[in-house]
Amino acid sequence: MILEVVIGVIVGGIPLSASLLFASLGEMFGQRSGVFNLGTEGIMMLSAFVGFYLVYLFGSPVLGIVAAMAVGGLMGLLMALVSVTFKAEQGISGIGLYMFGWGVSGTLFRVYVGGVTNIDGIGRIAVPVLKDIPVLGPILFNQNPLVYLAFLLVPVSSYVLFKTPWGLKVRAVGTTPQAADTLGVNVQRIRYQCVTLGGVMSGLAGAYLSIGQAQMFADNLTAGRGFIAVALVYFGRWKPSGVMWGALLFSMAHALQRSIQVYGIEFPYEIAVATPYLMVILVLALTYKERNVGPLALGKPYNREFRG
Amino acid sequence: MAEIIDRLEMNHITKRFPGVLALDDVTIHLRKGEILALLGENGAGKTTLMNVLYGLYHQDEGSVLINGQEVQIYEPLDALKRGIGMVHQHFMLVPNLTVLENIALGMYQHSEFKLDLERVRGRVKEVAERYNLSVKPDAYIWQLSVGEQQRVELVKVLTLGANVLILDEPTAALTPQQTDALIDLLRQTVLQDTSIIFISHKLNEVKAISDRVAVLRNGKLVFDGNTADHSAADLAEKMAGREIKYPKIQKKDEYGVPILQVQNVWADGDQEGTDSLQGLSVEVRAGEIVGVAGVSGNGQRELADAINGIRKIKEGRIVLDGEDISNHSPQQIIDRGMGYIPEDRLHEGTIPRFSVRENLIMKDYRRAPLSKALFLRKGEIDSRSESLVKAFNVKTPDIQTSCASLSGGNIQKVILAREITRKPKALLAAYPIRGLDIGASEYVHNQLIQAREEGMAVLLISEELDELLDLCDRIAVMYEGKILDVLPREECTKQELGLLMAGVAHGKE
Amino acid sequence: MEKSSADKYRELAVSTVIVLFSLMIALILGAFLFAVAGANPLRAYGVMLAQPLSGMFGLTEMMVRAAPLMLVGLGIAIAFRSGILNIGGEGQIMLGVVFGTAVGLALPNLPKPLLIAAVFLAAFVGGGLWGGIAGWMRAYLNVNEILSTVMLNYIAVQVYQYLLRGPMIDPNEVAYGTGVPQTALLSENARLIRYIQGFRLHSGLLIAIALAVVVFLFLWKTTVGYRMRAVGAEPKAATYAGMNVKHNLVLAMVLSGGFAGMAGAIEVMGVHHRAMESISAGYGFSGIVVALFGGLHPLGIVPSSMVFGLLIVGADMMQRAVDVPASIILAIQGLIIVAIVSSNLFLKNPKMRDKVFSLLGGRKIAERDPEGGRT
Repeated sequence: MILEVVIGVIVGGIPLSASLLFASLGEMFGQRSGVFNLGTEGIMMLSAFVGFYLVYLFGSPVLGIVAAMAVGGLMGLLMALVSVTFKAEQGISGIGLYMFGWGVSGTLFRVYVGGVTNIDGIGRIAVPVLKDIPVLGPILFNQNPLVYLAFLLVPVSSYVLFKTPWGLKVRAVGTTPQAADTLGVNVQRIRYQCVTLGGVMSGLAGAYLSIGQAQMFADNLTAGRGFIAVALVYFGRWKPSGVMWGALLFSMAHALQRSIQVYGIEFPYEIAVATPYLMVILVLALTYKERNVGPLALGKPYNREFRG
Repeated sequence: MAEIIDRLEMNHITKRFPGVLALDDVTIHLRKGEILALLGENGAGKTTLMNVLYGLYHQDEGSVLINGQEVQIYEPLDALKRGIGMVHQHFMLVPNLTVLENIALGMYQHSEFKLDLERVRGRVKEVAERYNLSVKPDAYIWQLSVGEQQRVELVKVLTLGANVLILDEPTAALTPQQTDALIDLLRQTVLQDTSIIFISHKLNEVKAISDRVAVLRNGKLVFDGNTADHSAADLAEKMAGREIKYPKIQKKDEYGVPILQVQNVWADGDQEGTDSLQGLSVEVRAGEIVGVAGVSGNGQRELADAINGIRKIKEGRIVLDGEDISNHSPQQIIDRGMGYIPEDRLHEGTIPRFSVRENLIMKDYRRAPLSKALFLRKGEIDSRSESLVKAFNVKTPDIQTSCASLSGGNIQKVILAREITRKPKALLAAYPIRGLDIGASEYVHNQLIQAREEGMAVLLISEELDELLDLCDRIAVMYEGKILDVLPREECTKQELGLLMAGVAHGKE
Repeated sequence: MEKSSADKYRELAVSTVIVLFSLMIALILGAFLFAVAGANPLRAYGVMLAQPLSGMFGLTEMMVRAAPLMLVGLGIAIAFRSGILNIGGEGQIMLGVVFGTAVGLALPNLPKPLLIAAVFLAAFVGGGLWGGIAGWMRAYLNVNEILSTVMLNYIAVQVYQYLLRGPMIDPNEVAYGTGVPQTALLSENARLIRYIQGFRLHSGLLIAIALAVVVFLFLWKTTVGYRMRAVGAEPKAATYAGMNVKHNLVLAMVLSGGFAGMAGAIEVMGVHHRAMESISAGYGFSGIVVALFGGLHPLGIVPSSMVFGLLIVGADMMQRAVDVPASIILAIQGLIIVAIVSSNLFLKNPKMRDKVFSLLGGRKIAERDPEGGRT
């Protein structure tokens, strides 16, 4: 039975990790540039709804995903406006964005949909040839196409961050914005780009949740995944590969919690549900010694000529 | 490559900040191959003027001309494109990037999809050979010493094609010997179609290096002429607007008992596995000022933190007036009679958002008569604050004004008022006049001398040799977490201190 | 002295205007939301803002909501002023409810004033513990307190539901087999006084206002409050002055959580008389808006909690009148937060502040010390 549980956890965990991965990679770019966006959860909620609603109306998952990403991008832009141009306290503005996304999605859902409705989202696609590998094939290569995309984005993000001129600017702007500024790098613009990109990715994460994973929408569908995604950036030490391992770890824990219920193991349901959140706290607490590897300017608005 | 700048003019530049006229109708010129020194006290507007030229600020009035053509410089990029490069006083390097990556940041990249570090490497190599500046292209900045970082800065601006170099206090973090080497290097640089503007408040450097000198005072240009035609004393007077005489201590025949004793102290550095203090010992007697000389970054900050209980020590002892205070809490150490004037006066010495009044009570708020039981006593606090502001001549509209809106000198007076009136047994002052104008510096020095007269044991951390030679009974030279030697004032020369600061001990190479 | 008090009034005037301006912007953006949700924004706002004020029910309910909002807001102001962001009000409220209800149920026969005090104390301890965890982790393990408090919210929900469905469930619910997740009713002695027959207005509001005064005195007139503000304003300088930053962070979160816990107690003793599901109604988040809108000052939080009490009651009435879900108020509150923190740019920058002030028709103050701030 143990092997069965392990396989169940892996099979269940991989698809769950995609939304975390999208959101977390996006957040990583924002944080690398020095902006801490806690609104991820709100962005995911709203874009999950928008994606869901368009599929509900028109039956087109592609349209849903594009719209969700657009909404995510707009909310990222709002966050950039607030944190970069208005230089607001990023933690609190993120919470404002969270409440906004939560409120809007909840309201529109009740007005336009009313109750829980299933949609035909995106199903699984098996990769030819690879899916025939014994044992691993069915586990790894029979996924939702967005799951493949999420894992593909890990090396892509690494390349962009470490091997392109833009990535170099992002890393510089998040660490020593003054230095980047004196070399003609537009600090504000890079931060806008990163935070907006983060929004688009969170939008994709939200779309995956409603269109791909759940194939429905419900109030509070994201259940804190946006916040977990932010924590994963810390956990992954601001590196795409680290973020990926974190996302896998958390979704496996999630899957384990589900299989505990499936296998009828005697355990209070509520405590099982609380486990992933508890894990986030524990992980943050246990990695505290390595915390000072993050972008030095994280959370600090950049002022060239501010004289208080 | 930008065209060669034969003639650069900044005409009638005026720049205002909220409440401050930083530059008032300043005009300077620079010809090819010239070294112009921009001399002035802290706050005279030198850096502001250069930040205008470099596009970090934009002038409110006036114009910049290159080879007779008016140019608009709104961004550093505009300046870089025209061949103006600046090395800032605080190095503008990203610590967790390599040398090449730092330079690549400012260079045009042919492809947005591929960072071409090899091309950068080639350019850096060229420049390094041409100017005889060696750098390690693949080292991370955080691995480099201050001197190496400065070379990286120079290579960076030269690689980016600068033919006017602006250097903002380039010797601030260097030993006298390193300074000499830099001066030689700059002399060679101007031979190669490059001109240099060099900001300083150190007269000997200005004399040694510049062809021409422009003196700023309070945002105005007060002098512009050939360096060779004027003596250092002459320039000093122009800079200060009056003849300056810093206070000096009188020799004493006798000192009191040892008050502050640091004995073989070891402490960790910020980076794992490094020791910032490596068996450091120093002793200060009552009525004595002991100076700690050294290039900053050799453990001075950690020493100050360790004495004040902010950094744990691993080994050794710190004794205050006979009591072991090693690894006591900051509060206990303050209670035992330690006073502290920290390096960062705005953020460590005061709470900028708090009023002068609230800042003055920071160490005594729990004691009578300022509070009773748990409650603060407004009347007592007000009258204490009013009298301190008066006694220490703090220029503030009133005691309710926030410290952030005071000038550096007045913030330092608030700190002095708070620390000295507590009558500590020992007083630690870290870089107490850094960034202050002459008047305020004089005031601070007089207060330290006064503290010495009253029998306090004063430990003064500084990198200004003149300050140390004026004030200290003995000078301890710190290098890499150790005291290399302690010399009585009469036996010190600047030359000798400089060698020690560079880590060259007596009798050794 | 004269000048500085003028300065003070000037700053107060500017902050008031900016905060009201933020509210206006949020309401204007909210109007678009109403339009998207298919309602006439003017009508919706009309109902939301005017209807509660036009009847006894609305007025009393506004005050019923204001009481817990005030307490949560006070707690959040204490935390923010001490340099730590408490987003965990929601979870702390639930823990307060659990602890308070447990004590209330355990000691039903204690005399009324004693029992009420005991329930408040227990709730304070419950919320304080929950907040203290985040404070301790921030101080000693450097765990970002926003993330930890948010996670603690999710955990608290589960713990709360577990207790209500299991150990703390009303024995009657089990006996009748209905299984509604709620506790038994509190005894009469554990209920706050209701003032008007037929309305829920209870003495919790007066208690909350009294506590606002206590918080004001605490923060500005005591040594501990001074120290907490000092640590919040500039932890480095506070350390150098011998203050223990870590202790203060923990203390701030304990107090902050404790106040949220007491808000839970007020809901239990004043409104529901038992612990039940979704007792908090988002007060933990609304409290953040209340605190910011009140300028993080206890005396500003009192009126601010009334404003948001009004909005929340109004939203319920609006839902019935124009058929837009009351959850839209959550979105508007989010916008208000974003607008207020954005306007800090204007509050912190003297140049901007002067500009705003002169727009208000005030005269610029004389230029400060010419040496000011030059490097």
